[in-house]
Amino acid sequence: MSLSENTTVDVKNLVNEVLEAYPEKSRKRRAKHLNVLEAEAKDCGVKSNVKSIPGVMTIRGCAYAGSKGVVWGPIKDMIHISHGPVGCGYYSWSGRRNYYIGDTGVDSWGTMHFTSDFQEKDIVFGGDKKLHKVIEEINELFPLVNGISIQSECPIGLIGDDIEAVARAKSAEIGKPVIPVRCEGFRGVSQSLGHHIANDAIRDWVFEKTEPKAGFVSTPYDVTIIGDYNIGGDAWSSRILLEEIGLRVIAQWSGDGTMAELENTPKAKVNLIHCYRSMNYIARHMEEKFNIPWMEYNFFGPSQIAESLRKIAALFDDKIKENAEKVIARYQPMVDAVIAKYKPRLNGKKVMIYVGGLRPRHVVDAYHDLGMEIIGTGYEFAHNDDYQRTQHYVKEGTLIYDDVTAFELEKFVEAMRPDLVASGIKEKYVFQKMGLPFRQMHSWDYSGPYHGYDGFAIFARDMDLAINNPVWGVMKAPF
Amino acid sequence: MTDKLSQSADKVLDHYTLFRQPEYAAMFEKKKTEFEYGHSDEEVARVSEWTKSEEYKAKNFAREAVVINPTKACQPIGAMFAAQGFEGTLPFVHGSQGCVAYYRTHLTRHFKEPNSAVSSSMTEDAAVFGGLNNMIDGLANAYALYKPKMIAVMTTCMAEVIGDDLQGFIANAKNKESVPADFPVPYAHTPAFVGSHIVGYDNMIKGILTSFWGTSENFDTPKTEQINLIPGFDGFAVGNNRELKRIAGEFGVKLQILSDVSDNFDTPMDGEYRMYDGGTTIEETKQALHAKATLSMQEYNTNQTLQFCKEKGQEVAKFNYPMGVTATDELLLKLAELSGKPVPASLKLERGRLVDAIADSHTHMHGKRFAVYGDPDFCIGMTRFLLELGAEPVHILSTSGSKKWEKQVQKVLDGSPFGASGKAYGGKDLWHLRSLIFTDKVDYIIGNSYGKYLERDTKVPLIRLTYPIFDRHHHHRYPTWGYQGALNVLVRILDRIFEDIDASTNIVGQTDYSFDLIR
Repeated sequence: MSLSENTTVDVKNLVNEVLEAYPEKSRKRRAKHLNVLEAEAKDCGVKSNVKSIPGVMTIRGCAYAGSKGVVWGPIKDMIHISHGPVGCGYYSWSGRRNYYIGDTGVDSWGTMHFTSDFQEKDIVFGGDKKLHKVIEEINELFPLVNGISIQSECPIGLIGDDIEAVARAKSAEIGKPVIPVRCEGFRGVSQSLGHHIANDAIRDWVFEKTEPKAGFVSTPYDVTIIGDYNIGGDAWSSRILLEEIGLRVIAQWSGDGTMAELENTPKAKVNLIHCYRSMNYIARHMEEKFNIPWMEYNFFGPSQIAESLRKIAALFDDKIKENAEKVIARYQPMVDAVIAKYKPRLNGKKVMIYVGGLRPRHVVDAYHDLGMEIIGTGYEFAHNDDYQRTQHYVKEGTLIYDDVTAFELEKFVEAMRPDLVASGIKEKYVFQKMGLPFRQMHSWDYSGPYHGYDGFAIFARDMDLAINNPVWGVMKAPF
Repeated sequence: MTDKLSQSADKVLDHYTLFRQPEYAAMFEKKKTEFEYGHSDEEVARVSEWTKSEEYKAKNFAREAVVINPTKACQPIGAMFAAQGFEGTLPFVHGSQGCVAYYRTHLTRHFKEPNSAVSSSMTEDAAVFGGLNNMIDGLANAYALYKPKMIAVMTTCMAEVIGDDLQGFIANAKNKESVPADFPVPYAHTPAFVGSHIVGYDNMIKGILTSFWGTSENFDTPKTEQINLIPGFDGFAVGNNRELKRIAGEFGVKLQILSDVSDNFDTPMDGEYRMYDGGTTIEETKQALHAKATLSMQEYNTNQTLQFCKEKGQEVAKFNYPMGVTATDELLLKLAELSGKPVPASLKLERGRLVDAIADSHTHMHGKRFAVYGDPDFCIGMTRFLLELGAEPVHILSTSGSKKWEKQVQKVLDGSPFGASGKAYGGKDLWHLRSLIFTDKVDYIIGNSYGKYLERDTKVPLIRLTYPIFDRHHHHRYPTWGYQGALNVLVRILDRIFEDIDASTNIVGQTDYSFDLIR
């Protein structure tokens, strides 16, 4: 299959033109990250997960963002210390809309910012002593905290602090898990290594040091949701479907998650993975160590939801399989009504996507369900296995861009003029200024959930309101 | 499982309605009781009450190490803001790349505008060998792609910890022809573990002026009638800088803003994306050396810069986020004194209209108790204005506030009987403020979006008047400085007071006798 009409722009030529602007050394490096998808190709044909080039305005973040911001931050009954200078925790404070239910400041701390606020003397003399004190004070002021994580900022790894020793000592002292995470921002090339480091910290400091809760009674239907950060409630509108087909979700990783859920996860019969990029590591570990199989699923858009529900149900008995069919049938009229309402307004509209490590492929079929077409997609921090998983979602002729620079994305969008750009907050206003409808696809533009059937209705409505708002029509002054 | 779904195509339920539906409520309850292993409701309620107590406040104030919900960011974001007020200037942040993603995001969420800055993307190898190559390649790429008129270099804490030398690195990059030899690349070291964003602002402005004015003292430059003005880090810069220029126009004085983000952070939507717009030009920056004076609108943003201007033979004057009647009077009198021109009649008229508005509404503010937090200068300016309105600033808190600042606030409080119950808290954070509000209640909180958590917990209404404001739109386009700005602030405060009165008098047949049509 190839794109329906993309004849106005010679995309290959466009890529070469855009690359022309770079100094030679950088041009060669960037050329490997840009490609136009060919028919029958083995993969997307781009290099990934390598260092960003200095000075080009990469959209990527850092390992701290991947660990504190993504993986650990949403665990609601723990306190996550941004260990180092004040900024990292400040900028990531309440930035991702990881919804949770709890009494914030009393038994949950998701929308708070805790930092050791390093001063010059901490850099010079080391911050371990201060860290001891920070943990003591936290435990005293927040006695219901069920665990503490230490999220390292850049200086920690550079000044030689021994946060592991502090963690061991304090954990013994306060009788709660204290977990050191070596997610200094200079490690790796993007958020991605932070995800991995955070996964490893759970492996080494939760699975190795704690036990599933006594009294936890397993059933044959126990599953987990891994890699759903409950942005705008995504994990909830997913969980409800899994429960409706008769499964028991014993843990959410990590949106609206708790320490107990992490500890009980090895009791699962199967781990269900939504964001493969950020949490495949722990799933693979559990498969190896506890023989727990894992399966990727996709709850964006009715086609993928139905396919995923059937695939998940296929791992269980006939009762679950029947339930899955019933649930799909139950939601079908609502799905049909959503499509009947919005498809005529969105059919044939072209979209360019640029997001993190999962959605550049996972949301594609949700757009297709509404009759929309993806003409370009790319990831901030994907690896090769993500690009392999991308290919069957997109069509021949699609422009693929890895770790795109602000310059490239601006030029690509300018030339290809999609009807919608689906990317992040740093990109949003650039394209709106050009007169192009835009949706943030990290935060759902403060909307959501987008997962599950309930989320699809919101997704469809949001794409419609972005594209069909009258503001675009008054952009040009009549004088 | 009933067949009736809550969600529908006809009436799409958003997250704030969807999750209140019975099927979700049941799901949450089940998750909590079966899987979360949390604390009992009684225990949570007990601890919740305890966090509101005097005993808890004492423990909270005994904290020496952990900082919780501070009102400060780190130096580089302030430096970036400062640099973005110069024409065609691309901030180049030397160090880890994630920092830049954070700064751009933060500023974008407040101004609802694109924000451009690049990183030298240093990783492990640069941590070991230093980031010289990142500087050389980075400057070349940034120059080629983004065609800036100036690149302003600042540092993340990573580059500071490993000790990268910006001056040497930039010279080296120029030798390697990353940028032309005469291309301006001012710089500032901006360690995140010293001071906060306001110090970063100061460092960057000083860095830029130093690169155009030279480092050595030269008292004997011929002085012009021009007056320079440095606004400082200000979330309302779009409205405020334009208001300052308008005031200068009324006055007929030549006012030169050094670092003016008002156009760069407020570009039109007309089909063209402007990566850079407006700002202080390089020529203007050079010429500013010859100005007779430099004014700072925010003392704590410009300690070093003003000292530097003084060394250049300029008269200097500092203000503390001048808001309200008398603070604006002082600014105008200073402009009159420096320019030798009287305050124009048009501004006197504006003053009269502002005072008239305050008189019309004073009953609603008289004796109302306020908590104020934010940057040191904002807190001073806000406190002064509240005192003028007959309101009582009670808790004044700034994480970036020093002992000197506390004394300065105290002096302002001592100058009015309405300041009798006020106290300044420097170096404290919003978790301290939570204890203060629970134990010594106020009627209103003035701060930024982060204050909404205090509003939720204490039920004290919040008025958003300082950076960052993420959850309300466009207020930054309106000034808070000058008489016109004071009027805006007055209306914001009054609106919140009236909304609050209405919201607490709207129960039919019970409280709505006071639901007055006329207030």
